[in-house]
Order: sequence, then structure tokens, then C-alpha cells
Amino acid sequence: MPARYRAPPAVSLRIVPLDALSAVYHRASGQTHIVAPPVPEILELIADQAMTPEELLAALAERFDLPDGDAAGLTARLDELVDTGLVERL
Amino acid sequence: MRYATTLRIGPVGFRIGSDWRSPVDQLRDLYRDYPQPSDGIVDFNVRLFAARPWRRFVRPSVMIGGDFTIPDAAPLPLAQGLLAAEMGMNLQMALAQRRYLLLHASAVERDGRALLMTGESGAGKSTLAALLMTRGWRLMGDEFALLDPASGQIHAFPRLVSLKNEAITVMERAAPDGRFGPLLAGTPKGDIRHLVPDAAAIAAMDRPATPALLLFPTYGQASDVRVVEPAETFVRLTQASTNYVAMGERGFDALTGLVARLPVRAIDYPDTDTALALVERLWGEVA
Repeated sequence: MPARYRAPPAVSLRIVPLDALSAVYHRASGQTHIVAPPVPEILELIADQAMTPEELLAALAERFDLPDGDAAGLTARLDELVDTGLVERL
Repeated sequence: MRYATTLRIGPVGFRIGSDWRSPVDQLRDLYRDYPQPSDGIVDFNVRLFAARPWRRFVRPSVMIGGDFTIPDAAPLPLAQGLLAAEMGMNLQMALAQRRYLLLHASAVERDGRALLMTGESGAGKSTLAALLMTRGWRLMGDEFALLDPASGQIHAFPRLVSLKNEAITVMERAAPDGRFGPLLAGTPKGDIRHLVPDAAAIAAMDRPATPALLLFPTYGQASDVRVVEPAETFVRLTQASTNYVAMGERGFDALTGLVARLPVRAIDYPDTDTALALVERLWGEVA
């Protein structure tokens, strides 16, 4: 059973695009993160909704036309987000 | 405490108490044209005190205290008591200011619009701001710019300009009629001499300005200008703010709002004349 990942509900994050990068304010921790695409899109798709990397990859491709079809790479990104505290691994 | 004075710099009221008369006399003289705290209410207290009672007299050395302190801060000799008072005021601002997002930046104003300059120590932000003051700009502050999260405006904090080493001679030449404090030789930061902001800076200290241009100056390189993108600006400003984390979401909103609308350039300059020409050019082109 692959791990599932979940981000906080949209209301607990403030995501502000700056340029290619976005600033994310995590209300629960008070921490600010600077993130690159597709992290804002990931946070939106798994906001309060757990997905496996494969499910998320399909959703990213459908919603945002992101061609990076590599589940292993996406899992690595998700694990980085778990380390920052922005995403939970279930 | 035996001696004390109160004063207001921009929106911030201070009370400085001291075990010795001389730092208070120097503050009273240099800040003589400044207003008193609004409604008599002081925001921050600074205390200059002797580490031991006999150290008031024997090799007197000044400990810096106040509402907020840094443990293990080294004392200064009494001859540098004025510097101790200024450091004490800076410390209260850096540690305890909550109403404004504090940017470690100098600021000058023209036509209601503010030019901010920030960078490492030695980048020249104080000197450039002081030089611009002698050329018709209104000095808003050489050390801290106060960003109001509610309005996005910059509020002035025109404390005494702290000139270090070579900048002392530069400003003595550029502002021959300026009011200078005593030369403080051999401080932890080298030689320091304070310059009182001019009458226009003091008279307008309660007037905020709209941020219009941010520069990251670097001294000692061939003349160059580089665009700084918003994300890099955002990160550098969080590092240049002593209270960004403490301000929480208000700080985040204030800073993302600022970088979204502000043109930003990094400028390298080999000498101050080049820097001033670059500033005027960029102000005309992008501000």
C-alpha cells in the first residue's frame, strides 16, 4: 500500500506568487517557505485530501498540464514537503 | 536612575536613564530639536548602568540594559556612553518593535515617495542616505525603515546618523554646517561619529511615505546595476528584518505586499559620486 500525502486545508496556508517562486505562510507553525512549481499546485490538490503519488500525478497532469510524469520524483518532492512540515505522510 | 531624558524618534518614544551624567547630557544636546513622547507615553526604556557600584567611578564602564537585553553584552567605556545609549535604543527596536515590520534599511523621501537602501554592514546605506540628505532628499532614517502592515507606508525613524570610519570625513566635507556628536574613537565598530539629521528630517518625521524604489548597494565594485526579482528580494528582506518572525502573518502580508509592487535593483559602486548618480538615474527611470 503506497503512502498517502495530505496538506493542510487551504484556509491554513497563505500562498502568494512572487515570480517563478511563491511564498507560503503556514499558519500553524508561523513559518514562511519559498517554493518552486509545482509545489503550490500540489498543496492545492492535496489540501485536506490525502492522495498517493500516483493519484496526485494524474491530478497534476489533468488540472495543470504538467508533463513531469515521474512518480519517484514526485514522491521525493512530497517527502521534502513532509520534512518542512507543510505536508503529512499518512 | 540618577540621570534620565526622554525623546521621540518618529513614532517611538524612549526614556534613557543613566548612572552617569555625560551620556544623558550628550543625548539632550544632540536630540534637542526632537519632540517628546506622544502624551508622555514611552514605548521603550534604556538603562545605562555600572556593572558594579564602584565601576561608576573606577574605570567606569557602561552596561546596556532596558526592557529587553542581550545577555553577555560587553560593556563600553564611559567615553562611548553615547554609543551605548544609541545601541540600547536600537536594541529595544530590534527586539521589541511589534507595530511595524522593521527593515534594516536606510530611507530617504522625495515627493512623498520613499527610496529604501539595505545591505550588509559597510555597504554604505547610512552614508548614501546622509549624502542624499545634503542634496535635497528628506532623511527618514539611516538604520531602520518602519513598514506599516496596515497601510503599506514607510514610517520614518530618523535617529542620529551613525557614521563609521571613512564615512566620518566624507560627511564632514559634505555637511560642513551639520551638527556632529563627539568623535568616538576605537569602538567595537571602529571610529564612530554621529550626525544630527537636518531640520527638514526632524520636522517631517511624522509624515510617512509610499515605498517607490529599493536598492541593494555594494561598495567597492565597478559600477553595475542588476534587477533583483521579487522572491530574492523577499528572502533578503526577511533576513534584513529583526522582527519578521515575531510579526507572524502580518509581517508576511506586509512583506509580500511590498515586494509585489516595488522596483528593486542591486547597485555596485566604486565611489560615492557614482552611487549618487546611479541613485538619481534609477529614481528617474524606475521609481
